[in-house]
Parts: sequence; structure tokens; C-alpha cells
Amino acid sequence: MQVEEKKEFRPKIVAFCCNWCSYAGADLAGSSRLVYPADVKIIRVPCSCRVNPMFILRAFERGADGVILCGCHPGDCHYTTGNFYARRRMTLLFSMLDFIGVENGRTRVEWVSAAEGAKFSATMNEFVEKIRSLGENVRLGDLRCRN
Amino acid sequence: MQELIKRAKELLADGTAARVLGWRRGDLPYNPEPAFFEKEEDFDQFVYDGFCGANLSKMMIEACKLEGKTAVCLKPCDTYSFNQLLKEHRVDREKAYIIGVGCRGKLDIEKIRAQGVKGIQGVSGAEIDGPDELQVQTIYGDKTVPYASAMLGRCHVCKGKEHMICDEIIGESRETQDADRFDEVRAIEAMSPEERFAYFKKELSKCIRCNACRNACPACSCRKCVFDSNKFDSAQKANVDSFEEKMFHVIRAFHVAGRCTDCGECSRVCPQGIPLHLFNRKFIKDIDELYGEFQAGKDPEAKSPLTDYRFEDAEPGIVGKRG
Amino acid sequence: MYKIAKKDLQALFRAIAAERELYLPVRTAGQVNFAAWDEDADVALDVLKTVKSPKDAFFPQFETLYTCRREGKKLQIQPEALKEKEFVVFGMRACDVQGVKVLDKVFLSDPVDSYYAARREHGILVAIACHEPEESCFCKVFGVDAAAPDADVAGWMLNETGELALRPLTEKGERLIASVKSLLVEAEDAQAAVEKEQEQIRAIVEKLPYAHLSLEGWDGGATEARFNSPVWETLYKPCLACGTCTFVCPTCQCYDIKDYQTADGVQRYRCWDSCMYSDFTLMAAGNNRTTQLQRFRQRFMHKLVYFPANNDGMYSCVGCGRCVEKCPSSLNIVKVIKAFEKQGGGENV
Repeated sequence: MQVEEKKEFRPKIVAFCCNWCSYAGADLAGSSRLVYPADVKIIRVPCSCRVNPMFILRAFERGADGVILCGCHPGDCHYTTGNFYARRRMTLLFSMLDFIGVENGRTRVEWVSAAEGAKFSATMNEFVEKIRSLGENVRLGDLRCRN
Repeated sequence: MQELIKRAKELLADGTAARVLGWRRGDLPYNPEPAFFEKEEDFDQFVYDGFCGANLSKMMIEACKLEGKTAVCLKPCDTYSFNQLLKEHRVDREKAYIIGVGCRGKLDIEKIRAQGVKGIQGVSGAEIDGPDELQVQTIYGDKTVPYASAMLGRCHVCKGKEHMICDEIIGESRETQDADRFDEVRAIEAMSPEERFAYFKKELSKCIRCNACRNACPACSCRKCVFDSNKFDSAQKANVDSFEEKMFHVIRAFHVAGRCTDCGECSRVCPQGIPLHLFNRKFIKDIDELYGEFQAGKDPEAKSPLTDYRFEDAEPGIVGKRG
Repeated sequence: MYKIAKKDLQALFRAIAAERELYLPVRTAGQVNFAAWDEDADVALDVLKTVKSPKDAFFPQFETLYTCRREGKKLQIQPEALKEKEFVVFGMRACDVQGVKVLDKVFLSDPVDSYYAARREHGILVAIACHEPEESCFCKVFGVDAAAPDADVAGWMLNETGELALRPLTEKGERLIASVKSLLVEAEDAQAAVEKEQEQIRAIVEKLPYAHLSLEGWDGGATEARFNSPVWETLYKPCLACGTCTFVCPTCQCYDIKDYQTADGVQRYRCWDSCMYSDFTLMAAGNNRTTQLQRFRQRFMHKLVYFPANNDGMYSCVGCGRCVEKCPSSLNIVKVIKAFEKQGGGENV
């Protein structure tokens, strides 16, 4: 007899975190024993403005269900102004994704400082919940990456 | 056109320019090709009419590497592109003599064909100071086509008849704008996400990855495109029916965001008639709304919106809140 | 000879599609290309030229060759199955059929391309004579008769009576016709109407601006002179180096084979490539054609010189005129031929 396995949807989330604030924030979340889902895979970047729009689309194409970008709060960038540029870029990119009909909530930008471990974990919990409710990313994925 | 030829010959003769970049008469009534003219006798083949739609400013990147000055014929909209290239140090102002040529809208042969015109043998009325109607002689009888109905889509949202940069102007230009530039974008924004997704999927599924849009685009002037480079696995030649096409066009549009002058070459050259300008125009509309009105190529001193910022800029979350 | 009323074509398509795959010109988002038929397809048989040629049916722009998957320590290799089911390409043109014959020379000569051969074996070509040839057509120059397509089934639109006349020319064609016989009317009397249509088509073809293009000097005989001619230096200048001409061409047959990394393995695929691209046949040692002039020259030398020299004089251009219509810079093979004509051929340069 075969038991029908009930598959729970486990979203794949990619989080780009800047080295100076958000990555340290994630670290703090960990050392403070705050909980956030293991579905979030962190990619450390030197600054939020290192994130090329192509990184985000590539992540989706390769099977991510949600992509979140975290950086220092505006004004607190380690490189002074990096996150300001990132902010404009991401705004335009998200608007374009919305324009071509991709669900709105799959992308997000959140500013998380090194002291905000709690915010990091809360944000991630919230984001994972959001992606769970949106379900699998069908529109942006490359079919060839599915199996 | 005679005045233009006369002046071009003068420029060659007095040594102002070593060559003239214009258009050579085609072998059909509607297919002139961009060409360099270096000798006086070459000018028998020179033409400038409604079918000379190509934006010659991109060819100036290569022309500026040649010995001596190149006199280039630029329409009002082409001068925006030239200005933008100048700002990006891709062309050399000292190597260019810009003849601002008049324009009353450029013609799209596909739009003439779409009116049931087949087997074209001759077209009259395409001259720069011609009448409001085109007389088309075909194997299957003669047809009359209103000039405005045969214009390229971009000419209906013309940015104006002023040349942004030039050394002299030959010929008169006319306003051809009869629609709002962002109407098409607004129409799509008004659709539901599902409709929008279906619309772009349908349009982009036609893409054959010929790269004509990229290669014609004056803003796409990278020496090696990321989609060509085998150093990254983003190089892509196949036209797979998945997200790939959208990614190519979104990334391409993003890369020229804030630099795209909305010259409309991408849509003009697309063999599959994909309205590629919509991507660029969406970015322009967003930039205008979020960061203040900006027209690339208008003021070579102005800072591009994507290399600029303000502390109080909108957060990316605004996209979801706008609805 | 058989005929069917144009209004019954939908029923014919339904009947063909019931047993076989059916590809025909379909309008999607304003453009007509060959695509699989379904009930809602906006079939456009009257359109003279599809944007892309029907070459896709035999040599698709993108096809997977095999897929590798890793499961634990095991590697699984799954080759793509060859075409086993019969399919019909309906509504080709005489030039398109000639294009397939050019591809045959490439893919069916040793070593045979098994993917292509399987498609060719199972494909049935139904071609319709060009009712109204256009100014960009020059198939006559390459010996193609637009009025008598040499396919498995030849068809003629008889607009006066609103009918389509069909005549099977091969055993495959006979089989196709036999399978849908209930929908067709046997009509030997249509012969006269077909001949009238043919006469009309041929009369128009004579009047086309490119009909009398001369191919003198375009053969293997003057390879070196043509190759070294200074004509190319001005000719290539407007070329954008895009691949439009290559991808709309019914005979361009160059492809690239690449690997795509999937979630748990590799998919090896082949896709069309264009000799206009800077990374065409790029090798570790570099590129053998480094300038656009060389790449531009290659395309036309291949079509008009190398190919006929190696294939008993068969040109790998069929005169469909798609490049004439689609080139963003208004360049095309006709301009190339004419440029050499003006220069008095390649012999004296």
C-alpha cells in the first residue's frame, strides 16, 4: 500500500543582506535565539547597492519563490550613499515586475540595522508567511529548473 | 533634400567634414539604408525622405573613431540620443558636425502593408515637404494612404520639433504628436495582474532573440553585452518559452532606464512587432512620477535619476501600496 | 485533383489534427507565424509570408537533445525521443519548400542528423501557390515556381469560387488526402481554374522588381575575387549585427549546442545561431571572424558561393524575401547581389 505523502509547500526564499548592517542583524537574531524559518537562504553582499536587478530575476528564474533585500537604514550606509541608489533601483524594478503581472508581494526591501535582530527575525517570519500565502512562483521561474 | 545635398557637398568641399553620414537610396521605394558619403559623385544616391527612420546617432560611436569630422544628419528625436551618448562619453563632439534635418514623422512600411497594400512598386509623397497623402503604386493597383496613418508609433508621441544639439538646421520640422506618450502604459496598468501577465507573455513569446532591439538601441552601447558574454551563464541564445525572454527585455530596459530617450528604435526594428518601447516608457513614467520629470538627452548636464537620490525618496514598498 | 470550400477548412484542420499534429500560419499578437493548430487558432492562410519561415517544424529554433539528472550518486541520462508521430505543415509556400530541400542537403548528408531526419520522415508538406506575390519576392531567380509548389500536396486558392484546390504529389501526400477524403470533393474540372491561377501568378512574378536579378558570377568559380572584393567594405556598414536575417531565413542552418544547468542536472540543447553574432563559433583560441565585415561577408558568401560550390550549384537562398522585409537597416541579399553587378562582378577587382 502506498501512503499518499502530503507535501507541504516550503517556499524558497533568498535574502540579500548587506555585510555591515543586515547580515550582522541576522547574526544577532541567531545569537539572541530568535526564530525564523530555515527556508530563508541568506546571501551576503558588501552593500545593498551591490545587488544588480539581474540577481533578483536570476534568483526567481532559478526557483526562488520570494526575494528580499536587506540593507542599512537610509542615511546609515557604511558607504554613505549605497542604499539610496539601491532604493531607487529596487523601486523601479518592483514596479516593472508589477507591470508585467508578477504578484506584488514576492519582492521586498527592508532596512535592518546590526542592532535589530528582532526586526530581522520578525521580517523574515512575516515574509515567509506572505510567500506561503502566494504559493509557488510560477510566473518568474524557468520551467527547466523544475523537476 | 536638394538643399541638404548641396550643403553636404559644401561641407565636404571646404573640409569641415571628411564624410557625411546620411541615407543611400534603396532598391525598393521604401528601403534606404544608412551610409557614409565621402565623394561628391556618391551623392546621386543620397536620399532623405519619410522612410529614413533609422537613428544615426549610434553609428556615430564608430564614426568618431575615424580620422576627421563626420557630418551626421540627425532628426530632432535623434539629437536626444546623441546628447545622451555625449554625456556618457561614447561620442566625441569635436568629431561630429551635426546637421539637424527636418522631420514630419517617419513612415512604417508595415503600417502601409497593414492597410491592404501589396506588391509596392512606387511610393510618392514621402518627401520631407510632401503632401499629407501617400500615393502608392502597386502591382495590384494604386492606393492612397494618409501620411499620418502610416507613421511609426513613436511619431504619434513625438517629443517635439526642436533639435537638442546641432550645428545647423536644414529643412522644417512639424509637430506630429497626436497622442499622450503614456496612454499605452496607462492602458496596461489598468489591467489586472493576470491580464498584464497574459499580455506580455503573448507579446514576448514572439521574441526570436535576434537582438535587433539591443543592437539598434543608442543607449545599448556596451562593448560586450552580458547576454552575449560567455563569462556568465546569463549568456542566452535560445528563445525558450519561459521567463528567459521577459528577463532579457526587463533587464535590457532596466539597463537603459534613466538613459533611454524614448527614441523608439527598439519597436521600429523588431521583426515580430513587439511593443518593446512599453518597458522603457514604463520606467520613464515611474521616474517622472517618483523622482520628478526627466527627459534623457535633453540637458547633458542633468544628473540621471538612477545616479542620483534624495533622502526622502519613496520606499520600494510604494509599488504595492499604489494599487 | 481535389477541392474544398474555404469555409470548410476549419473542418479539414480538425480532421487532420485528430490524427496528426498540424502546424500552420497562425496570427498571434498581430504577427503570423507557423504554430500548432487548435480550435481557437486565428489561421491566416492568406498571408503571403509568415515572419519566421516554417523551418522550425523540422529544425526548431530551440530543442533539447538530452537531459542529465543526478540522483544521489547516480547519474541518469535521458536522450530526447525522436519524432515518431506524423505531422502536417499546412500552408507553406513554394520558396519554403525549397528551403527545406536546402536543409536536407545539410542535415541528411553524412553524418545524418537523426533529429532532423526523424522530423523529415514524419512530416507532410502541404504548400499553397502564392496568390499575390509581392515586391520583395525573387524566388524565380533561384528557379522556384511560386505557382507550382513542389511539396507532398500542392494547393491553389481559387478565389473566384472560394475554394482551395489540392493535388497530392507524393505517396505521403496521397496518404494525407486519403485520410480526409470525406471532406474533399474530387474535381478534375478544377484543373482549368488552377491553370488560370498559375498563369496569373506567373504573369505577376514577371512584373516583380527583383524577378530578373542576375546571378552571374555567383558560383564557386570566383571565390577568391569575390571574397577579397572591396565592395564589402561599404556594403556591410549599416549592418547592426543582429540576427534578424538569419532567424527569419528558411535556409540558415547554423546552430549552437549548449548546456543549461537545471535544478539537479544539465539539459543539453541546441538552438539557432547567427553568423552575424560576435560569439559565433567562438573557440578557446579566439574567433576566426573578428570584424563585422568578415561576419557579414560570410553570410552572403556562404549562401551564394560556398553552398552552390559544394552542392551541385544549389544556392542556399530561395528568394523568399523575408530578409528584404525585416532587416532593420534595410540591407539584404538582393542589395549584395546588385552591388557586385554594378561593380562588374568580382573578376576584375
